[in-house]
Amino acid sequence: MEHSLKIKIKNLNFYYGDFKALHDISMDIYANQVTAFIGPSGCGKSTLLRCLNRMNDLIPISRVEGQIMLDNKNINDPSVDVVTLRRNVGMVFQKPNPFPKTIFENVAYGLRVNGIKDKAYIANQVEKSLHQAAIWDEVKDRINDSALGLSGGQQQRLCIARALAIEPEVVLMDEPASALDPIATQKIEELIHQLKKSYTIIIVTHNMQQAARVSDITAFFYLGKLIEKDDTEALFTKPKLQQTEDYITGRFG
Amino acid sequence: MNSLLRRRKLIQIAIFGLFRLSAAINGIALLIVVYFLVARGWRAINWTFLTQPPKEAMTEGGILPCIVGTLCLSLGAILVALPIGVASAIYLNEYARPGRLLRAIRIGINNLAGVPSVVFGLFGLAFFVVWLKMGVSILAGSLTLGVLTLPVIIGASEEALRSVPDTYREASLGLGATKWQTIYRVVMPAALPGILTGAILGISRAAGETAPIMFTAAVFYTPSLPTSVFDEIMALPYHIYVLATAGTEIEATRHLQYGTALVLIVLVFGLNLIAIIYRARLQRRM
Amino acid sequence: MTMRLQKELEKLKKRILSLGAMVEERVRMAIQALELRDANLAEKIIRSDYEIDEFEIEVEEECLKLLALHQPVAVDLRFLIAVIKINNDLERIGDEAVNIAERIQIIAKRERLDIPFDYSLMAEKTASMLKKSLDALVNMDDVLALDVLKLDDAIDDMKDQAYDVIKQAIREHTDRVGYLINLLLMCRHLERIADHATNIAEEVVYMVQGEIIRHGNIELEAKE
Repeated sequence: MEHSLKIKIKNLNFYYGDFKALHDISMDIYANQVTAFIGPSGCGKSTLLRCLNRMNDLIPISRVEGQIMLDNKNINDPSVDVVTLRRNVGMVFQKPNPFPKTIFENVAYGLRVNGIKDKAYIANQVEKSLHQAAIWDEVKDRINDSALGLSGGQQQRLCIARALAIEPEVVLMDEPASALDPIATQKIEELIHQLKKSYTIIIVTHNMQQAARVSDITAFFYLGKLIEKDDTEALFTKPKLQQTEDYITGRFG
Repeated sequence: MNSLLRRRKLIQIAIFGLFRLSAAINGIALLIVVYFLVARGWRAINWTFLTQPPKEAMTEGGILPCIVGTLCLSLGAILVALPIGVASAIYLNEYARPGRLLRAIRIGINNLAGVPSVVFGLFGLAFFVVWLKMGVSILAGSLTLGVLTLPVIIGASEEALRSVPDTYREASLGLGATKWQTIYRVVMPAALPGILTGAILGISRAAGETAPIMFTAAVFYTPSLPTSVFDEIMALPYHIYVLATAGTEIEATRHLQYGTALVLIVLVFGLNLIAIIYRARLQRRM
Repeated sequence: MTMRLQKELEKLKKRILSLGAMVEERVRMAIQALELRDANLAEKIIRSDYEIDEFEIEVEEECLKLLALHQPVAVDLRFLIAVIKINNDLERIGDEAVNIAERIQIIAKRERLDIPFDYSLMAEKTASMLKKSLDALVNMDDVLALDVLKLDDAIDDMKDQAYDVIKQAIREHTDRVGYLINLLLMCRHLERIADHATNIAEEVVYMVQGEIIRHGNIELEAKE
């Protein structure tokens, strides 16, 4: 299957005040593939992820240089509306963070804030997203109960459903399974595998085995630099650079 | 080894005992206050007391105008302070960029909280009553009490907003919500119980204050109930003050003083109770 | 966590090297027995083969344990896979030494018949290939390993040469056909040992470079 270019990052630099968090990152990300970002804490992988939906805008002292082209359009261009961008680039966070609302309202939230009022459409979309996130069977009888009553793994799948409900093109996942037990982790990984048929998925993970299991492409970051990016299979069997090898085999530092 | 263990256990028991005592003193103090009021005031309380205006130079009759007046002032104060306080807190916590201005505003609010209430009373007199020509009225009193309550409400609201996890905001923004949608639909509902706690504290304080209303709203005596916000009124705390210090027969009206105080306490408890029940219902819905 | 893996891998390396030394020793013994037509030495080789078999199983279990417990990646993974395969090759070399010993037991009972073929040269070259491939393993030396691959052709040539010589001898000594066939098979066993040595060298190259060079995939240049 031929994968089309979805995101092109060109010479990206990112600063927190005086601190340069990302150094001249250039990489291509393809549609219908899972791209994993790995690297030690503070290597910039999460920062880069948050550049992709401009979540870093929330940090007042941050500054971006370079380009991030989403479907050939620079997302940092003044003409791009950040709200529209975030609609197209959904995000799932490290800790499951459902709103203190009902299960239904959690999933419907994205639709409602985007001005959709059609009740039948919303109901339909909620059910579809819950199906997609492989949690429908577990919640269908308590759709109007609080989302906070769900288990951690269920909450995270609910958050994935919430992100999917507005039909984004790209889904960013920031360590989506790091707070979950192995069974729930397995479900999330299975889900990621299913979702790549319809979405472009980028996942940040500390768990290298997880990156190896779920991703097609793996990018290794260190000290704000992209060290090596390759097919996951190649990166985990014969990395080209010693630094990568040292990291994935645990000979680091 | 064994004696060391025993020593450590003894220290623990002693310290916990001390803490327990401190907690108990709190409860006991409240019980003593309530006991005194009930013991000395309950005889004064009857249907007439609650439903009639004072008579015979306030040595007979009831305190209805005072009850109504205090309710009006408290609610008025909350109506003034809650929207402004919550809006300020949202601005400070959600919108304002950290910097010198924000720090200056925070210092201002903290200082406002430390201003003695009688100063508020004088300010209300000068500003609302005289300069804005509101006269001695419910409006002027409510505004004065509102300003007095503001720091409490801002403080509690900011605290409540701060305790809303950032992950909620991120999740909402990540779904393409605007900042205002995020605040209105996610942050506010989550912060509401905390904000209500602030409102409870504020209303309790407003209901019990004497000094700020002395010059701005309350009068010595008026038999009629208010018909507009520009009317002057009687209020429970001021009434107690008047009976206990300036009445014609201070000793003879002791039981009325205690009765009035009891009514005031019950009123404040009642207001708190309503807010607590409402808050609990909110939290259960989440 | 991974410091432990490193230690375990070091231990595993030592074991596979001692297995290599053990197997090399058997091959040397077999060559000696062949030169001297020494049935007793041959018997010793056959009797002690179980040691190699047991050692092989131990190494394999160790590899499985490390795979399951540490889920190694990259160079560690390649090392483990290489060890599993080399382990297998070494055990097979041990078996070939036994095969040689069995042929010796047969021909030692008969009257000695020498043919114009230099067994000691072929045996020496085979042994040296095995030694080099094990040295390459010890030192993770892909250059040396690639050298070993070049030596294999010489062994194959020698085997072909032996075939011609023995064919001629069979024509001349029609009464000694069985004896001569055993001599031919001996060449075959030596050639097999050289093949396993080649496999080991290929595994070493894979381990170091990450490239699979089996089946003619050869690129006779060591990575920089």
